[in-house]
Amino acid sequence: MAWNEIVASVMILLGCFLALTGSLGMLRMPDFYTRLHPAGKNDSLGSVLVLSGLAFLVTHPVENWLVLAKLALIIVFLIITAPTATHAITKAAWLDGLQPWQRPGDKEGVYKSWEREDV
Amino acid sequence: MKDQVVLRIITKLLVPFMLVFGMYVIAHGELGPGGGFQGGVILAAGFILYGLVWGKEDLHRFLPRSLTDLLAAGGVLLYAGVGVATMLMGGRFLDYAVFNPSHPGDGEALGMLLVEYGVGITVCTVMVTIYDMISEPEDLV
Repeated sequence: MAWNEIVASVMILLGCFLALTGSLGMLRMPDFYTRLHPAGKNDSLGSVLVLSGLAFLVTHPVENWLVLAKLALIIVFLIITAPTATHAITKAAWLDGLQPWQRPGDKEGVYKSWEREDV
Repeated sequence: MKDQVVLRIITKLLVPFMLVFGMYVIAHGELGPGGGFQGGVILAAGFILYGLVWGKEDLHRFLPRSLTDLLAAGGVLLYAGVGVATMLMGGRFLDYAVFNPSHPGDGEALGMLLVEYGVGITVCTVMVTIYDMISEPEDLV
């Protein structure tokens, strides 16, 4: 097994692990805002790790530079767009007045989005 | 949505790449995955994203309704025109080989590319028109 295959396997497996934990977090987290943590962050990093691992599997990197360039472009745009989508969803919910989850009886930190000036 | 800084900046960054990728998919259709319909939808997605964030007025500044209506019909006209041109040159409808009788493969590539352009233009402009007609007025967003 060549060294690049070992590196690629480690990165792809790590990416799959992050995607799995992201899915578990989607099921386990209590409300909308907290669910966006696993959905937004874990899936972004997991996809980036899988794609980076695939880049290590490209044979003859000098001749196949176009494949590497396409993978790099996908990674760059994924890093830009995935957090933007998460931000857009979160801000839409916040402006619509959805309140963050809190433990029963926890009165600290209560604020309503329609009473705030800075949004 | 113009006051949403993150969305505005990211949209400004992404729309040119979306349009280039849409054209790449249209032009790549006869050789690999892709084609006029898919490329046209990607082009339309770029325009619709711009219209969603910057408002319909800004979208209409460079893509007015008259232009989209004209291009929606013009794409179909290009498609049918290629077919009629092959008939006038002595072949059957959309018989691309007559464009270059000594190298039929080249003629087919040319004819297919023109047809893909027609499909892409029509699909893109029709998608933008659909967005135009079902989207809300800006003051409600």
